[in-house]
Amino acid sequence: MTAVAVTGIGAIAPNGKGTDAYWKSTVEGLSGIVPVSRFDASGYPAKLAGEVPFDAAAHLPSRLIPATDHMTRLSLAAAEWALQDAGVDPAELPDFGAGVITASSAGGFEFGQRELENLWNKGPKYVSAYQSYAWFYAVNSGQISIRHGMRGPSGVVVSDQAGGLDAIAQTRRQIRKGTQLIISGGVDGSLCPWGWVAQMTDTRMSTSDDPERAYLPFDPAAGGHVAGEGGALLVMEELEAARRRGARIYGEVAGYGATMDPRPGSSREPGLRRAIVTALDDAGVNPDEVDVVFADAAAVPELDRIEADAIDAVFGPGKVAVTAPKTMTGRLAAGAASLDVAAALLAIRDGVIPPTVHVSRAPEYSIDLVTGAAREAQVRTALVLARGHGGFNSAVVVRAAR
Amino acid sequence: MIRRRVVITGIGVLAPGGVGTKNFWSLLSEGRTATRTLTHFDPTPYRSRIAAEVDFDPQEHGLRAQEIRRMDRAAQFAVVAGREAAADSGLEWSGVDPHRIGVTIGSAVGATTSLEDEYRVVSDDGSAHLVDHTYATPHLYDYLVPSSFATEVAWAIGAEGPSTVVSTGCTSGIDAVGHAVELIREGAADVMITGATEAPISPITVACFDAIKATSVHNDDPEHASRPYDSTRNGFVLGEGAAGFVLEEYESAKRRGATIYAEIVGYATRSNAYHMTGLRADGAEMAEAITAALDEGRLNPADLDYVNAHGSGTKQNDRHETAAFKRSLGDHAYAVPVSSIKSMVGHSLGAIGSIEIAASALAIKNNVVPPTANLHHQDPELDLDYVPLTARDWRTDRVLTVGSGFGGFQSAMVLSRPERSAA
Repeated sequence: MTAVAVTGIGAIAPNGKGTDAYWKSTVEGLSGIVPVSRFDASGYPAKLAGEVPFDAAAHLPSRLIPATDHMTRLSLAAAEWALQDAGVDPAELPDFGAGVITASSAGGFEFGQRELENLWNKGPKYVSAYQSYAWFYAVNSGQISIRHGMRGPSGVVVSDQAGGLDAIAQTRRQIRKGTQLIISGGVDGSLCPWGWVAQMTDTRMSTSDDPERAYLPFDPAAGGHVAGEGGALLVMEELEAARRRGARIYGEVAGYGATMDPRPGSSREPGLRRAIVTALDDAGVNPDEVDVVFADAAAVPELDRIEADAIDAVFGPGKVAVTAPKTMTGRLAAGAASLDVAAALLAIRDGVIPPTVHVSRAPEYSIDLVTGAAREAQVRTALVLARGHGGFNSAVVVRAAR
Repeated sequence: MIRRRVVITGIGVLAPGGVGTKNFWSLLSEGRTATRTLTHFDPTPYRSRIAAEVDFDPQEHGLRAQEIRRMDRAAQFAVVAGREAAADSGLEWSGVDPHRIGVTIGSAVGATTSLEDEYRVVSDDGSAHLVDHTYATPHLYDYLVPSSFATEVAWAIGAEGPSTVVSTGCTSGIDAVGHAVELIREGAADVMITGATEAPISPITVACFDAIKATSVHNDDPEHASRPYDSTRNGFVLGEGAAGFVLEEYESAKRRGATIYAEIVGYATRSNAYHMTGLRADGAEMAEAITAALDEGRLNPADLDYVNAHGSGTKQNDRHETAAFKRSLGDHAYAVPVSSIKSMVGHSLGAIGSIEIAASALAIKNNVVPPTANLHHQDPELDLDYVPLTARDWRTDRVLTVGSGFGGFQSAMVLSRPERSAA
């Protein structure tokens, strides 16, 4: 089967804008979780977020500003950085040779709140002409394809937080069918009052106001997560073609598996373990070849239990390093998983596993959680896990290119 | 490697003019229209006041009280259409490993109607910017992220395989089914429940299409407002609905003696990379998608018996896709019948691509090409056979269906009577 490589990374995260800034903070254990500043959150139960302040005018053409939500602007920046990092200009590729496949969760929700306010306060004639596309789920794929002249196969998947991995899998599928290059992943976020209230209804958001105690997966004090914005976009290409053009190869997307949990109330096993096994089989990798697992890290005790059990069942208790750098960014909706894939590839490059910050592993878990400081280790193969509200489980294996 | 062949063995349609596949096909084959003056809310302040609405009582279709409370209307549509397809397939579901059943559902705007209803409550009709969380429904997260549609269908059927929502604007309904085909071909699943759903008829959706003058203003003649290819057309008519399918690997479907509607032999999508709502006049990207879909099915343009067009009823679209058909099909573009069912059931955004796949499969089953209703004065710049007004008895073995949407997405799918597919 055709091998598919990652040749460019554009990360934009609460603890660093740009791949270098993000990775430096992440290895050093620097968190970007702060009290919400985008709006007055003092009256809401959840008060902290992973925010990405962004001067759009400095990064984007002015005509795009009135037509885009904040998260689309972040995605346009990440796409540009990923292409620069890969050393590719899609306009120079053959016609229909490049596409864009992103994950979305809620679309441009802040833009949508403003237009709902216009409609219900002032009337239909005050709704923006951009509303028809600025909020919808396909907006980032559309805007990125237009900006970079990418006319090949594009797509958009929505599977809550698991979508970031599903987009990468769909990208690999399209590259195997013959598309030369695809920008893939997710950059997301809905940090506006309406998006905040909607996110809180999943009952998994932390109500702590202490940035160091708010998001503690696998910790005795686990009490939900912090929501954030940002993510990563990756340039993916067929491995041999990338080598021929002399591209720097971060690694290979070697395996993928996706499952749904059984219906609530079912006594059947949750789907995460099966997603892991499927991804390892797909990659042709034995569990003992995996050097690190980037956990979904829900920080909800029953969900942490399911994840720790799945990791133990596949690898054996304590047999593989596990980490959750998203403790430094919060959960970035459809952006979280592709940012973890970026971190996994950078871990392979630098031989370092970034830490799970502020967490003391609860004694009931036997996973080898990398807490405190980053751990130096040879990383050849990494597994990234992501779960979405409603039962989505996805797993991706990345490894150093052979 | 022998490619696994993928066939449609079950169909469920919930379209304006009648719930159920049978009612849907009656409407199309009789050339009746289901567009009318919008009734979901008072349309008086709006520019376009027409819609293609589904008369739908969820209780009548077996949904329980908590399901109705929890699910957006589009999720309800998806579950009902999915269940109809599941029953229609005749598959013994208890004998299928849930791990081998996946779900892909298309939707362009998700739970937008429930989101707007809930927004009105938490903002007190728009008056509070810092909306009041104490008034939020516990189901709001399921409206926020429409992957809940795939979850609901998976729960309804008992699927535990790979599942997702595909949201590529108005091509979602083709792309979701195309994605399902790929999952069966690569062996990630043996059975897929797929299709698409949309229930977008809400004030914010109507207002945003008003703002760009995309929707029809034949407000005085709502039954005849959707007029693709007609000189008097002035925009699309917003619709709602869903279609669900059961897809299976061909050999196993044949072994169990399933009724096979059609094989999906080719699928492709391309982007115009041009404009979020505009289309290049030459139709190059749609043409490329059509050619790629035909190539995947190892078919030539002349093999096509019918083209189920996007035909939304905007001048821009009509010219764009007519150019795309000529560019990709050559002389055969003039010989093959081309029609738009949006003339009858409106444009249900992300759902319509799947509803049109259902129409294409039923055209093969019945050897009937549905017409383009309301086509009395063909635009003189358009010179193909658009099958005006009445359905045509027509040997239909292979159908091309296409979609075009905001964001620049252009998708094409080719269906074939399985015994007539190129092996």
